[in-house]
Amino acid sequence: MRTAKGDGRIAFAYLAPALLVLVGLMGYPIYQLVLISLFDYGQEQVSGGAPLTFLGLDNYATLLSQSRFWAVLGQTVAFAAACVVGTLLVGAALAVLATRVRTWARMTLFLAALGAWATPAVAGSTIWLFLFDANFGFVNEVLGTTGMSWTYEKWTAFGLVAAQVIWCSFPFVMVTLYAGIKAIPGEVLEAAALDGASTVRTATRVILPLLRPLLIVVTIQSIIWDFKVFTQIYIMTNGGGIAGRNLVLNVYAYQQAFAASEYGLGASIGVVTTVLLLLITLGYLRALRRSGEVL
Amino acid sequence: MNRRASRGIAEGVVVVVAAVVAFPLYWMVLTALKPEAEVISTDPRPWTLAPTLDSFVRALTVQNFGRYLLNSVVVAVAVVALSLLISFLAATALTRFRFRSRTTLLVMLLVVQMVPVEALTIPLFFVMRSVRDVVPVFGLNHLGSLVLVHLAFSLPFAIWMLRGFVAAVPVELEEAATLDGASRFRFLWQVLFPLVAPGLVATSVLSFIHAWNDFLFAKTFIISAAENQTLPLALQVFVKPDQNDWGAIMAGSTVMTIPVLVFFILVQRRLVAGLAGAVKS
Repeated sequence: MRTAKGDGRIAFAYLAPALLVLVGLMGYPIYQLVLISLFDYGQEQVSGGAPLTFLGLDNYATLLSQSRFWAVLGQTVAFAAACVVGTLLVGAALAVLATRVRTWARMTLFLAALGAWATPAVAGSTIWLFLFDANFGFVNEVLGTTGMSWTYEKWTAFGLVAAQVIWCSFPFVMVTLYAGIKAIPGEVLEAAALDGASTVRTATRVILPLLRPLLIVVTIQSIIWDFKVFTQIYIMTNGGGIAGRNLVLNVYAYQQAFAASEYGLGASIGVVTTVLLLLITLGYLRALRRSGEVL
Repeated sequence: MNRRASRGIAEGVVVVVAAVVAFPLYWMVLTALKPEAEVISTDPRPWTLAPTLDSFVRALTVQNFGRYLLNSVVVAVAVVALSLLISFLAATALTRFRFRSRTTLLVMLLVVQMVPVEALTIPLFFVMRSVRDVVPVFGLNHLGSLVLVHLAFSLPFAIWMLRGFVAAVPVELEEAATLDGASRFRFLWQVLFPLVAPGLVATSVLSFIHAWNDFLFAKTFIISAAENQTLPLALQVFVKPDQNDWGAIMAGSTVMTIPVLVFFILVQRRLVAGLAGAVKS
């Protein structure tokens, strides 16, 4: 790394385009989001037909007094947690399994996973919807439950969306962990075997600690992705389910803003989501730091 | 149980899992190829004896699908090109120069990645509305607005990822290039750029997918100019309250998935290396 004079100026020139884009399209909108959430911002205010009224924290007070908000919040957390746990379990189990089989079997699995990974969320959502369609769906045909509408009941709808989310996100976890396991030097495992360690002991005392940094990365990624699922919920439950039974915070904020023209309220939901996500990630990082993990 | 038997069982499980994972994609292509009557049969069979391209023809000719496809390509290519260029410069600045506020910038890049982009839809909608009055091409109802948001959202991760690759290039190489009389600019494009190619590939895949898959911003920003809509939204044209045209939806989904799949298969090695590189650094 050079520290010659004038470096600062050149570095700034290199950074300028990135800073311009990031400040303009992330920094400023974040500030705007908070600002909008403090106002009574509806259709009339947007079109300029009515003056803006500063509400302070009123939007937040309204939000926190709604039972709907708390229900959606609970749903979001439960749904995201189920998706994260499912993704990690499936991904990790298959990564381990992939180390135990010959190349042809591993390639078959990886190719299938690559397909699921590459499928755009919109396409994936519609495929799953069609597979589970009440009348023309293959799943109902196989289960002999023709006419069963998976998206009608709240929990089957959430389950279906979760299954789709896990389907398209486990490949990342699997591939990353597989690469991690393969990177463990053979000598380490041999030494463990020589010392008479059992398979379970080797897995928990040798492999797991070595994989921990990778596990942290995939867990954080999964939390961030699954907490803000939008496309799948929007498409598979047709905008949040019947009477909004399948809303998660993101879709709720969107509906409040763009469907109900309550931009201020929608923005306050956005602020709450952002804060929650930051708290979860930071809390997780702190817990790791306390357990002696170096990041 | 001996080793071979246990490996046999593991392979059996792996094949079954692979079949289940691939099944939705098989069903997508199969449905796209089935004749209409078989698609809306209440007795769906996992094969077809009368494959036809009718659904593809319907999907591609009806409703301007070709135009939507082109729009998606334009947005994705622009995002990839711009994000490569900008993130390469930024990553170089952050790894090869030492200046005040460098660490602050790095931390900011990490934090920004945690911000749920969906929450920013509301303010970005207003930003794009004002941009429309200044530079129409980058405002609401124009593809430029999509390029800008996807660029912003793919940059933090792209910069973060490229950093490791740029840092891996030895300083001696730069010194040698300088001694040979290469300008900073020449070193940047003729030495550094090719050397971080694997990182650039991994980064471009992620930026591409980001832009290609977007549903939310296309839905929010392209409100009245249907001719500027992108693929994910075009797919919704075939979703109707009374009767979905499943054949056309699946044909459209196939058209939409194939470019990503091809891209993935072409770069899978480098992608994995890139992910591992990003994880390591």
